[in-house]
Amino acid sequence: MQRRVFMKNGALALVTLGLNPTLLRRTIFAQGLTSGAASLGNARGKVLICLFQRGAADALNVVPPHGEAAYYRMRPTIAVPRPSLSAPTGAIDLDGFFGLHPSLEPFKQLWTDGILAPVHAVGSPSNTRSHFDAQDYMESGTPDAKGTRDGWLNRYLSTKGTCEECSGVGGLSSGVGGAGAGGGGASNPKPQSPFRAVSMTQQTPRILMGPAASVAMNSIAEFSIRANGPAAANVEAMYAKGDSDVVHAAGAEMLDAMRILRSANPAQYQPRNGAEYPRTQFGQRLREVAQLVKADVGVEIAFADIGGWDTHVNQGGATGQLAQRLDDFSKSIRALVTDLGDRMSDVVILTMSEFGRTARQNGSGGTDHGHAGCLFVIGGSVKGRRVHGKWPGLEPEQLNEGRDLALTTDFRSVFGEVVRKHLGASTLDRIFPGFVGTDLGLL
Amino acid sequence: MRRLILGTVVACIACSGGTSAPHLARIAPIQSELTRDEQIAHALSRLSYGARPGDIDLVRRVGLERWIALQLTPERIKDPAGDSAVASYESLATPTNELTAAFREVRMARRDTTRRGEPAIMQSRRDLQMAVNEVGSAKLARAVVSERQLYEQMVDFWENHFSVFVGKGQTRLFIPSYDRDVIRPLALGRFRDLLGAVAQSPAMLFYLDNAQSGADSTHRTLAELGRSSRRPFAGRRRPGLNENYARELMELHTLGVDGGYTQQDVIEVARALTGWSIDQAAGAFVFRPAIHDADEKMVLGSRLEAGRGIEDGEQVLDILARHPSTARFITRKLAVRFVSDSAPPELVSRCAAVFTKTDGDIRQVVQCVVTSPEFFSKRAYRAKVKTPFEVVASALRAAEATPDGSPRATQIVARLGQPIFGRQTPDGWPDRAEEWVNAGAMVNRVNFGLSLAQGRAPGVRLKQASLDKSVASLLSSPEFQRR
Repeated sequence: MQRRVFMKNGALALVTLGLNPTLLRRTIFAQGLTSGAASLGNARGKVLICLFQRGAADALNVVPPHGEAAYYRMRPTIAVPRPSLSAPTGAIDLDGFFGLHPSLEPFKQLWTDGILAPVHAVGSPSNTRSHFDAQDYMESGTPDAKGTRDGWLNRYLSTKGTCEECSGVGGLSSGVGGAGAGGGGASNPKPQSPFRAVSMTQQTPRILMGPAASVAMNSIAEFSIRANGPAAANVEAMYAKGDSDVVHAAGAEMLDAMRILRSANPAQYQPRNGAEYPRTQFGQRLREVAQLVKADVGVEIAFADIGGWDTHVNQGGATGQLAQRLDDFSKSIRALVTDLGDRMSDVVILTMSEFGRTARQNGSGGTDHGHAGCLFVIGGSVKGRRVHGKWPGLEPEQLNEGRDLALTTDFRSVFGEVVRKHLGASTLDRIFPGFVGTDLGLL
Repeated sequence: MRRLILGTVVACIACSGGTSAPHLARIAPIQSELTRDEQIAHALSRLSYGARPGDIDLVRRVGLERWIALQLTPERIKDPAGDSAVASYESLATPTNELTAAFREVRMARRDTTRRGEPAIMQSRRDLQMAVNEVGSAKLARAVVSERQLYEQMVDFWENHFSVFVGKGQTRLFIPSYDRDVIRPLALGRFRDLLGAVAQSPAMLFYLDNAQSGADSTHRTLAELGRSSRRPFAGRRRPGLNENYARELMELHTLGVDGGYTQQDVIEVARALTGWSIDQAAGAFVFRPAIHDADEKMVLGSRLEAGRGIEDGEQVLDILARHPSTARFITRKLAVRFVSDSAPPELVSRCAAVFTKTDGDIRQVVQCVVTSPEFFSKRAYRAKVKTPFEVVASALRAAEATPDGSPRATQIVARLGQPIFGRQTPDGWPDRAEEWVNAGAMVNRVNFGLSLAQGRAPGVRLKQASLDKSVASLLSSPEFQRR
């Protein structure tokens, strides 16, 4: 099965009726634009924003268990101090046992509002300590199975609304070239936006690889033809000749997408509700995610990542290296939530990091590669104000291999619940094959 | 080690050793439904990284059949442009043990805050980065300027077939040698030799974890059979069996996913390859008898007797290289690369027979594919969509431009979605149109064409200040995305 047909989802049915699916779809785009709001497939639909903290964030300092004596024993110089009214450098208390790192102050209001749910002791059941393998598994959604060619978000996009989803058949793609289980059914003629899945990254991330189309871009500004006057007109003319073949069709789609973006007028964008994004790469990328979501261009999945979490040396405690990363991380996300305003009732933000770090600090004031970690689920429909997941404890016999926070929740339970309850996937057989998760009551 | 820089680089690996170059193949006059000029344009677009101005005339003069025969025998092509491009990248000849030594130095300093900023450490860091960058830069430069165009295509084909990822740990230290000592000398050689060289390359051993694979606790090692004096796992945890390489070896490197092997075969092959590892200090292959699983194994119906060592792995590679599924799988992939995404089945059968008959002589299989009526058919003409690497290389050739030696030119390739040695998964980059063209990719391709036409593509040197108008317009056109 060819991707062109596949990514048009049900458009195959239209081909058999003798209609040109791209032409039809573009007509629908055009109607949407002229009626003022681009009423594409998913306008004002559910949105999932996935944010990857690459490098393995130190979960025990991100959401410190300040009620654990062992935590302070194992981290004499880098533990986040217990909450205290007199010392502002202490943890922000959540429930008397867990706290937030003081640099996560912007999250405090989200917790109070009940839309922030930390999940602790979560991660991949694989015991790899390799960043590469662990990120690979978290993005492919198949821990310890290296043969998986596509990412789990792509499998969601590929199966949603097809008959594969309703029957739950079709194995993982394992053929060369990631052909995927391309036999998408012809049951859903809903036109799909070129922006249905957007990654604010230079290249398509592993999590979005596969047969369903996605757009990766560094910035919205970059998604335009960088030429003026005759040169730009020349390009338009060359690609506007319709979809006689795969290249022209992609070109026509590109012109559509640029037209949609132009009508959303990104240059004039003003964040709402006083949201202030940090002037960091991560902050600016989240600003553009908000822009795209609010422009109603059909975003269903958005992705961005943030590095700098591999804190082997001098990671600091309440202040220092890790504190600075968390400052950027939390201010950017808080601005996104503020900016999206009441749209947050349709949005879930899901953070992830490949694994946690060792429970004990090492000889250079940092932590090494560990096992379980923590993540955040944020959104209007989230059952927040509660730290989810079973806490395994930090006493020596409770640690994984005697050194790391043990795992009590498989990341696929969390991702699966979000995909099912928030995005409405009816089955997870294809997205997380062979995995039966537990319902955490996150949503 | 202060500097990685060595003297002159041996540029022409293919013609080294003083052995006599192979005879030129005799190629029968091409039978084709295409006009002669179309045949020439087609051959240039597929067997080279795109025609430069004047190339069509050149092939007309030499004769198409003779030009193909020469391209199949790169040993016989003088290549001063390619040689001097390669010579300009000083780190290319750095031995792997210097890179691993630099890496150890940097890693030790990482734990020692007082040493991290030392000039020597900073220099080692830069040297390592440069060694990795320059392999990619040199690869692009050769694709643009080398006269041995089909050879460069085949180097790329094998580097993609036996794909390794620069971002996985120490793999990057081994990539310069992988390109220089493993793939390039054997790109048109015998498949079994290439497969064996890859299996013993530190790059692959590290990337697919075989370096860490040892006999599991249910099997005896050579040491435990009393055939090795070294004590296994002295003071260390038994590493256990790692199936990663064994699986990809069959699925991706030889038989193909439907090539007729079972999960039990994967385990048995992994057992046969235990002990195939890396000597860190030397940065080279080592066989470790102490952790080799020495019990009996059954691989695809063949019995490997107990008590053997490295021969187990060698025999597995023999079996796989000569398996009929491998002949079909490799030939089909070549047909996808050179003919069309759908690889005509008759062509695949015919040339797979050549593979079998010649015991995997790659040169002869490629000749079969690229001189076939299917190759010169109307169906195949301009039917392939270029990969990003091909877009950049062919655009530079069309514009008579060259990379400036900085990593910026290869960053363009990465920006278009195909970072060199940057494929994370072991399947290599896809070679089908659908994988490469979509709205986002097209914007980037068009913008690259425009920037090159306007002389502002980063890392690229133009020969003339401004391009001919028709060339400038061509670079961002839909037609230019095809080959």
